[in-house]
Amino acid sequence: MISVWAIVEYGFREAVRRKVFAVVLVLTAAFLVLFWLANHFVFRDLASITPPQDVNVDTRTFAGAFLTGLAMFATLFLGVVLAVFLTLGVVSGDAERGLLQPLVVRPIGRSTLLLSRFLGAAVVCIAYVLTVYFSALLIVDLTGHWHPQRVVEPGLELAGAVVLVITLSLLGSVVLSGTANGIAVFMLFGAGLVAGLLGSIGHALNSHAIKHASTIASWALPFEALYQDGLRMITEGASGLTGFLLQLGPFGGAYVHGWGIRLWAVAYLVIVGGVALVSFSRRNL
Amino acid sequence: MPAALVVRGLAKHYGSVHALKGVDLEVGEGELVGLLGPNGAGKSTLVKIAVGLVRASGGTAELAGARAGSRPARAALGYLAELFRFPGWYTADEVLELHQRLSGSRGGEAERARLLELVALSDAAKRRVDGMSKGMQQRLGVAQALVGEPRVLLLDEPTSALDPVGRRTIRLLLEELRGRGVSVLLNSHLLSEVELVCDRVAILLAGEVVAAGTPAELAQPRGVELETDEGMRTIVRATRDDVPRLVADAVAAGRQVYGVRVLTSTLEDVYLEAVGGETS
Repeated sequence: MISVWAIVEYGFREAVRRKVFAVVLVLTAAFLVLFWLANHFVFRDLASITPPQDVNVDTRTFAGAFLTGLAMFATLFLGVVLAVFLTLGVVSGDAERGLLQPLVVRPIGRSTLLLSRFLGAAVVCIAYVLTVYFSALLIVDLTGHWHPQRVVEPGLELAGAVVLVITLSLLGSVVLSGTANGIAVFMLFGAGLVAGLLGSIGHALNSHAIKHASTIASWALPFEALYQDGLRMITEGASGLTGFLLQLGPFGGAYVHGWGIRLWAVAYLVIVGGVALVSFSRRNL
Repeated sequence: MPAALVVRGLAKHYGSVHALKGVDLEVGEGELVGLLGPNGAGKSTLVKIAVGLVRASGGTAELAGARAGSRPARAALGYLAELFRFPGWYTADEVLELHQRLSGSRGGEAERARLLELVALSDAAKRRVDGMSKGMQQRLGVAQALVGEPRVLLLDEPTSALDPVGRRTIRLLLEELRGRGVSVLLNSHLLSEVELVCDRVAILLAGEVVAAGTPAELAQPRGVELETDEGMRTIVRATRDDVPRLVADAVAAGRQVYGVRVLTSTLEDVYLEAVGGETS
């Protein structure tokens, strides 16, 4: 157990020391300031927005849910950037630089070492995602006096999505060089986002083919499904035309959701993590 | 007690490239064995298999009686990689502390201070790795390999980045370790160094052991050099056993004998003969 914490601490110190960590912190601070400004002006001008009399839209709910969805997207994006940069070189990158060999030959063993690195990255990223998520919710609540009906679950799903990306990145780091792994994981992340948007378009157009493709992508890349499920929970309190309009937008919510995808996300984490452990145990260094 | 390292029929191929072709090698308890060979001979591959970094394609490797790469084998092992690096933001003391925690050493601060003193880094205990010279990092690497008092030490080019003083420090350290019964496999290009400290030497060429034995066994007689009042004369076919007769003959012939030297090949001669001038 002592050696596990030694590696977790090693990974944590490496994470905090990296320039990318400082960059992410600065970007996060900038985002939160800009997000506060956006909320301030949107909710200040809300009274001047008057929909036609026959259109029953709850503008405060619409604005609050939309802005919270935007914050969730930004949090996911920044969380993924942090996750990828913390883990993209854990195996191949560190082996190429000669950092890994002195650690691997110690009795701790490869599996424990990889699990410890996962744990270190996960702790940093979960703390980061939850901090940014709840800060954004606080800003929306303070400026717009609105908050979603379910507050905690979307944040946990967002953190879960980032943990899945960490697992994918660790697997990639076993088989790919650092740069190639970073590119591959960001492309997967982009593919997931595009699939989610396609799902919204497919449902708006009632296109079976697009909906089907989006569903397959959600199961293949469950981090996207978790994010979409989080969005769904943010907007589920909106009903009627307000809810319909929110569903049309980019932060509308999942069409694959519920416990099925959550359990699959856990199974996916175990499978990808298992493949990473087996691949690492067989890899020549 | 089992031998420190036993390698039998060890083979490794990367696709069509055969890095090792059935190597047999043994490092006995408390023995210091030198591994020599040109670049690409398979020395580092052999060491990497022995420490569990690389999987063998065939044959067996046992370290302290346990399968190479297994947990008991890793627990008995100290290793310095040919190419290694420590995180630049760690101090020398922190590097050793990290490895104490990973190896389960209970030596604490006293062990770290002793190891840093052994490699002449006592003054740099609180210095960060990225502020150290290459030679200092190399010596820190040697100290790291000694954390937890390993039974077997595998050193891959431990003096490659060291100046003559640093090399001497490591050489004295190796001699001290041998005195304490630590088994060492030393992979080095520095023939003079290997000749000075190693009990036995194995020369690898293209994945095979082409010569092995003690430096004395490997050395070939090259004649006897006789210095008399007539000057220096080399008797090429003479051996050590011929010396009394040669001196007696010279004295009988009225010559003044000032010196006699038995000539043998150096390890460098043996090495060059074994590898046939191959460099990589």
